[in-house]
Amino acid sequence: MDFSILVSDFWALTIDGLVVGAIIALVSLGYTLVYGVLRLINFAHSEIFMIGTMTCYWVVQRFGFTGYEDPLPLWKFAGLFLLFGFAAAVVSGVAAVILEIVAYRRLRVLGASRLSSLISAIGASFFLVEVFQKISGAKNLDFPRLISKDTLFEFQNAYITQDKLLVIVGAAVIFYILNRVIHHTKLGLGIRAVSQDERASILMGVNVNRIISYTFLLGGVLAGFGSAFYMVFYETTKANVGFLIGISAFTAAVLGGIGNVKGALYGSFALGLFQQYTSAVLGYNWKDVVTFVILVFVLLVKPTGLFGEALQKARV
Amino acid sequence: MAKLNLRDKFGDWWDGASPFSRTVFRILAVLAAYAIPFLKNPIIDTPETSFNSVLFYPLVMFSLMAVGLNVVVGKSGILDLGYVAFFAIGAYTHAILSAHTGLNFWEIIPFAMGFAMFAGVILGLPALRLRGDYLAIITLGFGEIVRIIAVNTEAIGGAAGLTDIPGPSSVFGIEFTVMDPRPYYWLTLTAMLFVIWGVLRLSHRKPGRAWEAIREDEDVAEFMGVSTLKYKLWAFIIGGAVGGLAGAIFASNIRSIQPELFTLNLSIMILACVVLGGMGNIWGVILGAVLLGYIPEKLRFLSDYRIIFFGLLMVVMMNIRPNGLLPRKKREVVGDKS
Repeated sequence: MDFSILVSDFWALTIDGLVVGAIIALVSLGYTLVYGVLRLINFAHSEIFMIGTMTCYWVVQRFGFTGYEDPLPLWKFAGLFLLFGFAAAVVSGVAAVILEIVAYRRLRVLGASRLSSLISAIGASFFLVEVFQKISGAKNLDFPRLISKDTLFEFQNAYITQDKLLVIVGAAVIFYILNRVIHHTKLGLGIRAVSQDERASILMGVNVNRIISYTFLLGGVLAGFGSAFYMVFYETTKANVGFLIGISAFTAAVLGGIGNVKGALYGSFALGLFQQYTSAVLGYNWKDVVTFVILVFVLLVKPTGLFGEALQKARV
Repeated sequence: MAKLNLRDKFGDWWDGASPFSRTVFRILAVLAAYAIPFLKNPIIDTPETSFNSVLFYPLVMFSLMAVGLNVVVGKSGILDLGYVAFFAIGAYTHAILSAHTGLNFWEIIPFAMGFAMFAGVILGLPALRLRGDYLAIITLGFGEIVRIIAVNTEAIGGAAGLTDIPGPSSVFGIEFTVMDPRPYYWLTLTAMLFVIWGVLRLSHRKPGRAWEAIREDEDVAEFMGVSTLKYKLWAFIIGGAVGGLAGAIFASNIRSIQPELFTLNLSIMILACVVLGGMGNIWGVILGAVLLGYIPEKLRFLSDYRIIFFGLLMVVMMNIRPNGLLPRKKREVVGDKS
């Protein structure tokens, strides 16, 4: 154990933690939004994220970038990033909507137990992973380096690079827009209404099926943008890429209080930072253990997560 | 929706049957189960793997674990996503104790179950105060923690795992060899029959009623004077003990274990057996385990595409029968039966 690294590299770890946290947050918002309206864990959400990363890869391939070019000039990169970011968002969003129709809708209409939906989602998750395993040839797909990762400037021992800046700033913009959507649009009003009380919102004339579809769409779009940032930062993907980030995102959502959008956000950043600090001190291998131990303690002290279930009281 | 009423028809026959015919049926069913390895039937045979080894793992192994997990998930309604941890603890207990002590397999079994039960207490006491999805993520975390600790601890083999694990010593003239999976099948089947017997005893008595009350409504159960934490903890401990038992048998069969055998996927698989078969009904759970263990092997002619079909099949089956293939019988209102 070497705590001095925590002091000397504090800012470097913090910046990395924020970057990782931002990516986790984009995925974990999908979990928490769906949980808000449906009260179930969308187990296949990590696969929606995976589909996003694959889309990014193929779009970039399609434009002839194979990974051996010099980094692009900034304006070109911005155009390309917007292109594959939006492509990933659209594909992931549509995939999430289809997932809802295929794996959840009928079970929901029948009023089946939540565990049945969980198993149905697990089946869908197996299916998607294997299909993309086939398509991708079961190997790592390396994303070309589109943006220079040279240090822009140094800040207290932390090397700030363009990709990290892009992730943090881009994620902040998306969070702002999401906040506007949830609090200042009719769709957001619908989502909040269904989250609070599904039956009452039916009585108030909310088209619950449509709201649920839109919620899946929103979650998928966020995961799609998350996957674009992920690809720029990590530069590799494979068919089961969703598994680890899915667990992190879900943990983050629970840590913040699942069903609560702000909670997912703070939970993700807390988790990202925490993972960076602990892997610096204890070694990379132990970070997941510590994460879960912390999660257990947080839930024991405050069983609804750090920020509680603001959208709706905990379901028994 | 047209509903398959196989369960109900059999149930009606069972309810009307005399104790004698029930006993005969029981004996026949058990004998049939023991005789399965002798069947040489091209229809049930698996194309590319030896049917007998499929019979041991995954079929009967999944069944044993599913019966154990059913106590936790099906009977008491606790969503446990980390069941594999108990399995791993059982397997590692056998591997470590047989290497460092003179105990043989049969003497280690109680330790394997005991350590798994102890782990159940350690995890259960804090975690069972939570509910629903929070509990699910904690158990999931527990499963991962056990695996990661196994990976990172060099003293128990690290990521490479442990090898040269001895098999059980021969009993009743039956030798446990590496080549022949049948004795392991019989051993696991015997263990499973004991577990089923015990669980059925319990579910007809006070613990069973308490679990059912907790599953249906935990608050009401608590108000009615059911000590919910105690019974949930017991469900957890019993489930854990069965997982530990299964783990020890598993380790004694495959002779070398690595942490990678005990991933979240296995937990999910067992949970899928329970839910797909019909939560809370032991026979449904076994059916689910047999199907989920068997179908991927049978689909081997699809080679790499089998998991795709398997996933699709899970979605379709769940959508056709949301309560599982053989759901538990709902207790009827007294006096309602005409």
